[in-house]
Amino acid sequence: MVKSDFGYNSKVEGEVIVTRADAVVNWVRSHSVWPMPMGLACCAIELMAAGGSRFDISRFGMEVMRFSPRQADCMIVAGTVTYKMAEVVRRIYDQMAEPKWVVAMGACASTGGMYRSYATLQGVDNIVPVDIYISGCPPRPEALLDGMMLLQEKIRQEGGSLKRTFRGRTIETKIVS
Amino acid sequence: MDAAALASRFPATQDLAGKDMPTFRVAGSDLLAAVAYLRDAQGFDLLADLCGVEWKDRPTRFGVVLHLLSTTHKEYVRLHVDAVDDRVPSVSSLHPGANWHEREAYDMFGIVFEGHPDPRRILMWESYPYHPLRKDFPLAGIEVELPAADVAEVTGKKVVPAPMMGGPFVSHGGKLSEGEPTALDQSWNEQHPKA
Repeated sequence: MVKSDFGYNSKVEGEVIVTRADAVVNWVRSHSVWPMPMGLACCAIELMAAGGSRFDISRFGMEVMRFSPRQADCMIVAGTVTYKMAEVVRRIYDQMAEPKWVVAMGACASTGGMYRSYATLQGVDNIVPVDIYISGCPPRPEALLDGMMLLQEKIRQEGGSLKRTFRGRTIETKIVS
Repeated sequence: MDAAALASRFPATQDLAGKDMPTFRVAGSDLLAAVAYLRDAQGFDLLADLCGVEWKDRPTRFGVVLHLLSTTHKEYVRLHVDAVDDRVPSVSSLHPGANWHEREAYDMFGIVFEGHPDPRRILMWESYPYHPLRKDFPLAGIEVELPAADVAEVTGKKVVPAPMMGGPFVSHGGKLSEGEPTALDQSWNEQHPKA
């Protein structure tokens, strides 16, 4: 965050900050993306590595892996989604609170990957809307972090943070002071 | 391993002259007694593997193959059983480890294990109508409904065939290998449906 983002100078303007509500809300959201680690295969190992000290996903405010969908903002689908598991993925997605994002990590989650099979869902975007696709089999932690930074960029550019239409429903966020 | 002892106790036993280990075909009605005899009298105390097989050239379409290991004599023995009317007695009362192996053989081939304590599918979902490792099941799969009706309703998706030709492991240099009979029907993909 640089000073010019807000045009704020405390000597001139005192305790007042003038900005757009979208900018503030999106700034908060993009720096506290709490992931729901949907680890289904070997991509989950790289997801764990991204959480370790060498790659350190907490630099981006994303170290709070929540295993409860009620507490998560971003589902990282890391691995092969079988048709049997697709039901579970969709249910957990439905249980997450708005606003929510989905990252398809790796070839399997993005397209089915090498599993051209009777049992494998050919891309998790068949059942949930995907925001970011990350290539790789599995992607290295750097690739995951790059994808998550892209997601932050996407969140920052979202409009109507307080009131927006999402899948046919209007979602209103109230600021309580 | 005393092969003659097994054959004399169970007259229907046939010696298949296995190249790597003693191999016998036992009758389904003798299976439980034979496995119990091998375990208690011959020391074959560990069930290393149990799998289903679909034979191309036998009157009974399906069979089950068991590998038993003696942890004291360091020897294996292999037993073949024909699944007459797709049925085989369950050995999970003698070797509890057979439980999941038999569920997998049932799931993939439709072989029914009589006396199994928990005869459910293990890999595919319970309402799945096919047995995918059968030779008449296409490699790409068959279109069916998603297992969860509410997810199918909200997404409008189905379980769809995924032919190899649409995937990453197909060379574009010509015909596929003759060694992969099920791959020969892969001239189509999602963009170019089967004629």
